Amino acid sequence: MDYNKRLDGRDFDELRPMEAKAGIIKKADGSAMFRMGNTVAYAAVYGPRELFPKFMQDPKKGILRCNYNMMPFSGAGERVRPGPSRRSKEISAVTEKALSAVVDLSDSPNAVVDVYIELPQTDAGSRCCGINAAAIALADAGIPMKDIVAAVAIGHAGSKIVVDLNYEEEHLPHYLEGLTDKDVADIPVAIIPSTGEISLLQMDGIVQKEVLFKALHKAKAAAMLVNEVQRNALKEKFATNIESDYEENSNGSGFSNNDNNTDVSSDNNDNQFDENN
Amino acid sequence: MGLLVKDKQVVVPGDILADDLGFIPGFGTYRNNHNLVCSRLGLINMEGKVVKIIPLSGKYLPRRNDIVIGRVFDILMAGWRIDINSPYSAVLSSKETPEFIERNEDLSRHFDLDEHLVCKVTNVTSQNLVDVSCRDQGLRKLRGGRIINVNTHKVPRIIGKKGSMVSMIKQATSCRIIVGQNGLVWIDGEPDKENIAVEAIRKIETESHIPGLTDRMKTYLEEVTGVKLSLSDGGDYNGLQ
Repeated sequence: MDYNKRLDGRDFDELRPMEAKAGIIKKADGSAMFRMGNTVAYAAVYGPRELFPKFMQDPKKGILRCNYNMMPFSGAGERVRPGPSRRSKEISAVTEKALSAVVDLSDSPNAVVDVYIELPQTDAGSRCCGINAAAIALADAGIPMKDIVAAVAIGHAGSKIVVDLNYEEEHLPHYLEGLTDKDVADIPVAIIPSTGEISLLQMDGIVQKEVLFKALHKAKAAAMLVNEVQRNALKEKFATNIESDYEENSNGSGFSNNDNNTDVSSDNNDNQFDENN
Repeated sequence: MGLLVKDKQVVVPGDILADDLGFIPGFGTYRNNHNLVCSRLGLINMEGKVVKIIPLSGKYLPRRNDIVIGRVFDILMAGWRIDINSPYSAVLSSKETPEFIERNEDLSRHFDLDEHLVCKVTNVTSQNLVDVSCRDQGLRKLRGGRIINVNTHKVPRIIGKKGSMVSMIKQATSCRIIVGQNGLVWIDGEPDKENIAVEAIRKIETESHIPGLTDRMKTYLEEVTGVKLSLSDGGDYNGLQ
């Protein structure tokens, strides 16, 4: 038997409804929320900050440290045992690798950037959702990075390639008769949009080589949609700044939009010390 | 073709800013083949052919000659370790204090743990080791008052053009105010006046992007304090009193 109609009625290429917000945790240096359907991830970034224990420091570049955590009440029914588990440690590690492909911490040697990803509600695709939130949060924290990583899960069910699976689809044989575990696969992919490079690729299940290539092709297209949501979230946070900074500049209201003041890096000190010296 | 963004536009990492070789990558940008790509969240700033990013967020990174407010958190053999609200701590050498310090003298008599001071960054190495000095006019220990934390990137707005903004707050509240480049602001005065100054600074922080800030702040301060303010260019301002 084949998988002809998706359980939640979406097209095979259709992602779940997405929503993203930047800067939602005040105390953090950067933060974001990302929602894909019923999966919600919150990411908070702290740092760069001093890294202890000292032996972990890298004098060549700063290090990135990710922590993925599912909240006890987040799962589908069963309580998730709090604290680190084999699964959450693995996901933390792959998230770290997916993100460190783009972040550039060479300006902060011996320092660390901490990323905490919390999931209050999950419905499959949580590592992708976590990466998406973390990428926004890192940009929000002002960390230099090549691009904003976008992640999405691609699946294979029967003869169909399915984009952005939910929990039921991940466990399709339980919900649909005639399909066995051999017929379904789940492939989380993280993509660097500007180059199309892949920074995370995992697979649960078995697929043919050709199918995998087709799936990756679809992943790229889907990741671009995810990326658009991520970018808009960041731009929305500073939306008021665009117009008014622009206006202020054009109407030349006395204050601050000459180069001296807008440019943080050049002349502020002269401002403070002008009269002194 | 050419430049794909407007001056002062908000850009995020990965945005393509220009797609030919006619522009030069500045701070916060990099080149990917023929594209000029953004690598920091911030505002576009064009200087001729150079495209650079003015960051909107991020931690304070020390630069030489910055005036910063720090807290002593360790005492070393010949100096102090200072927390300057940055990923990297600074060292104040015992030779860089206003008074002369004898050998083997107890350093905590000059600066004790958890005391705050204004100092100047004298050197920053490639590994971000920071030296600060207290040997310049106005650099000293801070006694009394309160310290508030503001966004580092808003500091130029709080200071204003040649210190016009901060001197206006000082005039209105008769508080002593020092704005550190690292985003720490020291305020000392009458308690209720201090509150007014804090409110005013928070207002600048949140409204700095709305046009006519100086006039608005003037009206606001006159309303709250009842002091008639003259919009000076900060002529009597030297940043540290």
